Amino acid sequence: MAEKHRGKLKLYMGYAPGVGKTYQMLEEGQTLKGEGVDVVIGYFEPHGRKDTIAKTEGLETVPRLQISYRGSVFEEMNAEAILFRQPGTCLVDEFAHTNIPGSQRTKRWEDVEVLRDAGINILTTMNVQHLESLNDQVWEITGIRVRETIPDWVVQQADEVVIVDLSPRALLHRLERGVIYDREKVVRALQNFFRESTLVALREMALRETAHELEHRGFKDEFLLTPGHSGKDGSSRHKILLLVTSEPNTAMVIRRARRVSDYLQAECFAVAVNPSSDLGTMPEKHREAMEKHLNFARNLRIETRILEGSDEAQVLVDFARRNQITQIFLARPRERSFMPRWHGGLLQRIVRLARDMQVIIVSEREPEPDQG
Amino acid sequence: MNREARRKTPDELLRELQDEESPPKGRLKIFLGYASGVGKSFRMLDEARRRRDRGQDVVIGAIQPKVPAEVQKLLDGLEVVPLREYREGSAMDIETVLRRHPEVCVIDGLAYDNPPGLQNSTRWQDAQQLSRAGIKVIGSINIQYIEELREKVESITGKHVTETVPTAFIRSADEIEIVDAPPEEPIERSPEQQLDANKRQERYCALREMALVMAADVVDHQLSDYLEKHGITQHFGTQERILVCLTPRANAIAMIQTARMIANKFHAEMIVAYVRQPDISTSDGEALEDRLSYARSAGAQIEILEGADPVNSILDFAKSRGITQLFIGHTQTMRRWPWRDPVEKLIRRSRGMDVRIFPQ
Repeated sequence: MAEKHRGKLKLYMGYAPGVGKTYQMLEEGQTLKGEGVDVVIGYFEPHGRKDTIAKTEGLETVPRLQISYRGSVFEEMNAEAILFRQPGTCLVDEFAHTNIPGSQRTKRWEDVEVLRDAGINILTTMNVQHLESLNDQVWEITGIRVRETIPDWVVQQADEVVIVDLSPRALLHRLERGVIYDREKVVRALQNFFRESTLVALREMALRETAHELEHRGFKDEFLLTPGHSGKDGSSRHKILLLVTSEPNTAMVIRRARRVSDYLQAECFAVAVNPSSDLGTMPEKHREAMEKHLNFARNLRIETRILEGSDEAQVLVDFARRNQITQIFLARPRERSFMPRWHGGLLQRIVRLARDMQVIIVSEREPEPDQG
Repeated sequence: MNREARRKTPDELLRELQDEESPPKGRLKIFLGYASGVGKSFRMLDEARRRRDRGQDVVIGAIQPKVPAEVQKLLDGLEVVPLREYREGSAMDIETVLRRHPEVCVIDGLAYDNPPGLQNSTRWQDAQQLSRAGIKVIGSINIQYIEELREKVESITGKHVTETVPTAFIRSADEIEIVDAPPEEPIERSPEQQLDANKRQERYCALREMALVMAADVVDHQLSDYLEKHGITQHFGTQERILVCLTPRANAIAMIQTARMIANKFHAEMIVAYVRQPDISTSDGEALEDRLSYARSAGAQIEILEGADPVNSILDFAKSRGITQLFIGHTQTMRRWPWRDPVEKLIRRSRGMDVRIFPQ
């Protein structure tokens, strides 16, 4: 049985539109073609940028798929046509894109998974703000809730991550010269996303994130690594547990716990506690929120459990102890629930019961309010 | 604090700052690479060419004697001030550049030592002098020539270098750009060559990681400089900053070890703080000294805080430093009234920071 090699994934990481990710991807596509590789463009977003469009010259483009939705026609990458065409390497712009409803798969990264399964190598582009686990921090920096996100594990399995760097000042020059957007759009962009301080912060984030991606793949030599880099310090022994509730801030706890467990290379579990293992007994609104959160955790590849019991703290800590959990992640209680005897003082009880574990209280990282 | 001024800050103020500073002082831009052959010189000269095409007055102050063909092509269209030869080596001809006084001067090989007897002993000091004279300097450097990274790079590459540039100089740059292109590799390989190539790739990964973290640190400094200069209290949390709160009784070893581990993984800053207590016993005092010296040996910055209310002192300090993670110890004897429990109070009031509670 000849097993087909899975296609490789190379990711061009940036921190804002216009830093040159697509350009660099196309340039590599041209180089590969020059070396005799069968290269096609699966999806390319020209944004009217002349230099970038020029770089597509001579590369074959697989026509997009047209999908009508609510009376308009939208164009998406045609993964099936690419599978049929079976190129060696396929260039896919905007990895984080969400397909229009009615498409075969919800996300472009899911299309890419299918192409890789068929042995096609992929070059693709994304900005750091689309990484799921950074969603709260991006919100804090930009005041924008990014909706199109990519689960971290998808990025982690990229074979290569390259940063496309440009100083924010140079980026702003480009923007002002009209290289990135049309004139009218520039003014708006400068007020929102393209504020220099925002760009500096996002850039720092992209640099750190790419450095982290490299750490997985890097040179592992015992003597050179400071304690903490290798498993010698016991970081690999860590096991993380997070509590899922129906409160909206659970999403943030899931992201943070995922991020920390990725960095510590620790296992991560999510549990919900309910008097009955059947969530159907919950009030509908709570049940929906709970299920949404459990699903979200599963999408980030966190193992989930629903534990039966009425004493939330006791059930959680018992589970933690049975499973050698070392760190428990919880949401910061709302102001009110700090009141003794109200809302059970869940946090206090967990801290008291989990006397051999670390308890992490995750805070909301909010952007500065705009008015005031 | 004036909220109005704070909201205006980041950008308009940034611009203002630039306007204030730009006339007398030239600017420094550095291209940072993780190895030779990744295309730093190309990127630097490409920028020089683009600036010249836009009408700026550009000269090359220093360039490697031997450059690849594509770099030579860029170089051909640019004005070069040749290096000056001395008995014990060559150096940038800084007098000529100063007299010529271009808008932009390109300087390759910032880490070079000048021959003895010159005013500046290194080329990066020459670059500083030009920048001070109002000339914009564009330079490039490899991380192996950064003093603070030298040993670590050496342990990866096995190559020893003697000429270096201090991190402080890199941090003083107004702009830094990282050149992260993977080095060229031949495509056809024998199995042995493939093995070597894989090893090389791993090494490159480690070097690239260091270069990226270095660049991120420079960027973080720029960001906090701006914010600080304009009294902005907002922090972006792009760099994790851990504050370990010590008490004489805290399980300090576990807290500091965990902090060190997380700091390493996240490339985070690590600060250990202690709020001075008025009358602590001799034994507690000694225990505390032990803990602080342990923290110091773990590479933490130590801060002794003052204040009647320890919780307030810690929170004020944490906010002023943009702390993202607070580590605290917790005694098992919970107070009857949680409101009076300092841990409780700390958790309640530490909005925007994660709190990690350690059993003790």
